[in-house]
Amino acid sequence: MDQQSVLDIEAGKTERHYWIDLWRYRELFYFLVWRDILVRYKQTVIGLAWALIRPLLTMIVFVIVFGKLAKLPSEGVPYPILVFAALLPWQFFSNAFTEAANSLISNANMISKVYFPRLVVPTSAVIVSFVDFLISGIILVGLMLWYGFGPNWRIITLPLFTVIAFAAAMGAGLWIAALNVKYRDFRYIIPFVVQIGLYVSPVGFGSNIVPEQWRLLYSINPMVGVIDGFRWAILGGNIQLYWPGFLLSLTLVVVILVTGIVYFRKTEKTFADVI
Amino acid sequence: MSSAIAVENLSKKYIIGHQKHERYTSLRDVLANGAKRFVHKLCHPFAASENDPTHEEFWALKAISFDIKQGDRVGVIGRNGAGKSTLLKILSRITDPTTGRIRIRGRVSSLLEVGTGFHSELTGRENIYLNGAILGMSKAEIKKKFDEIVSFAELERFLDTPVKRYSSGMYVRLAFAVAAHLEPEILIVDEVLAVGDAQFQKKCLGKMDEAGREGRTILFVSHNMGIISQLCSTCVWLDKGRIRDIGQTGSVVNSYMLNGISELSGEMTFPDDTGKIVQLKKIALLDREGNIAQKFDCDNPINIKFEIQVRRQLPGLYGYIGIFKPDCTQVLVSDSFDASTVNPLDSLPVGMNTFSVTVPPRTLGHGDYMIHFSMASPSADNFNVDVPGIVCGFSLDDFTSKRGNQRLGFFSTLLPWRKLENSTSGVR
Repeated sequence: MDQQSVLDIEAGKTERHYWIDLWRYRELFYFLVWRDILVRYKQTVIGLAWALIRPLLTMIVFVIVFGKLAKLPSEGVPYPILVFAALLPWQFFSNAFTEAANSLISNANMISKVYFPRLVVPTSAVIVSFVDFLISGIILVGLMLWYGFGPNWRIITLPLFTVIAFAAAMGAGLWIAALNVKYRDFRYIIPFVVQIGLYVSPVGFGSNIVPEQWRLLYSINPMVGVIDGFRWAILGGNIQLYWPGFLLSLTLVVVILVTGIVYFRKTEKTFADVI
Repeated sequence: MSSAIAVENLSKKYIIGHQKHERYTSLRDVLANGAKRFVHKLCHPFAASENDPTHEEFWALKAISFDIKQGDRVGVIGRNGAGKSTLLKILSRITDPTTGRIRIRGRVSSLLEVGTGFHSELTGRENIYLNGAILGMSKAEIKKKFDEIVSFAELERFLDTPVKRYSSGMYVRLAFAVAAHLEPEILIVDEVLAVGDAQFQKKCLGKMDEAGREGRTILFVSHNMGIISQLCSTCVWLDKGRIRDIGQTGSVVNSYMLNGISELSGEMTFPDDTGKIVQLKKIALLDREGNIAQKFDCDNPINIKFEIQVRRQLPGLYGYIGIFKPDCTQVLVSDSFDASTVNPLDSLPVGMNTFSVTVPPRTLGHGDYMIHFSMASPSADNFNVDVPGIVCGFSLDDFTSKRGNQRLGFFSTLLPWRKLENSTSGVR
């Protein structure tokens, strides 16, 4: 342990120690995630099974509405797998976004009484959603076994797309968390974004039903790139990635993440005063 | 010895809104104000930008400078709103100063509240780990001290019970036990010892004393001058965000208390604080005729009349009035359940409730006094419901006894001397 660590606090100066502190508090990530999962497990009867039931039911509804009723093209794969490969990253994003948005406010008492790098709080919320994401991944494996659908080599790129999904969730989560502390109006925006986002993202349908000339514009929604990437990696075969759109989405994800961190770092010192 | 904490020209400004109750801003207001200002600028391009009348600057701390040596135990005293908590929050890095700089040497742990981050659904064992991690301990460190923490809290049997089933005393014991086993070089403590029973308080004080003797630097805020005098060698007196006095605890505490009396009046009112479930709104000292007074004589009763705003019914609420001499000797104490088996403050109805407590004639001796007021309930989140502290001061004159104001002792009670019958034959 450092016997004589020197700490300088100066008005209006960001601390040099921040990222070192973040590392020093790495166990707090673990404990907050552990707490949230433990509490959910204790408060609900079926606990973590919710992470399975919700996407499963959503998938069934989407298959009926988009696949059976609207008869949208399934791109040569079983429609449930097509939907689920997209639902997985989308539910991760929407859960992480919602949880991160409320994370600072629901931990207000910690924030006004103890110092720790505030980034820990929304990040833990995103990690909790990530655990759900991993659990619901079991359904996808089950579906693929059921339909006898084997992925090809592209599946090994899935971790890469998962990282992109994580970055998108973190970036959006940091923005909304910081904004929500200051302007509580944002709590009304969150359910709206999540609801609309489900329909403007290619979750219930493949994104190649979007007319060619609009696809680049469509990719302004960063989740389009994330979801297309997931489908490309999981479904293999005849799914083609629309590269210009994917790169645009990827760039936007990076922009959102970087600006999210910058904005969060800039405002976090005032959290204790306004929360 | 080098300095552990060096504070230079530290200030903290808050902007307080006058019209809104919420501390956070609403986006609508921001947009509306922005538009208003923009239109105003367009119409009066040369007008000086006016100050927003709904917002006022408030300097919680103003140009504070001091130096704390390594191993010093420093008390911070001052009235409510003097800036004590703000100072601790800045030193703990919870909030940022507006101006100034601080240099801290050594690992800091601050304890501004007991049980921060406790989750009621989790068990005692789980909360020890969680709370420890929040306070900055590593998992290995907590594991190593786990048994020590549990035995300090005396909760071996309830380790696997969710803390929502704990009594408030158990909760506080567990929370303090975790905090007490932090081993920082600098310990910053806000008034957290006010909770818990007397025996446990003593144990906590012992632990802090021990930490002090091990050479740790301690910064301690309290309204309890007794604890400050016992624990701290140096004392900082904050007054309206500035340092009024700094030095040896004895002399600083004395001048603080003396000043307290001259500044105290016979009446005090408190602004609405919706964060408090129950709040003292007004307290006044009344003479026999019902007029607010500060000078009384020993032959007349002193009526303490106070109004309590109840925002939510609170079971188990009780009041506590302490009467102190300027040197902090507590002369008289009254709990709301003192005089009858029924506690009149228990589960008060929502709204304004008025009470009166009377100090009968010929009770206290002549001299200067201060009244300390507080309310607590075991069913409240952090036990203390409202602690306004020293609220009123008064002086008593003894006009009728033979020695009058020369009379010694704490009481002015005139004891009758009676000669017993048949007493000439000796005492039996």
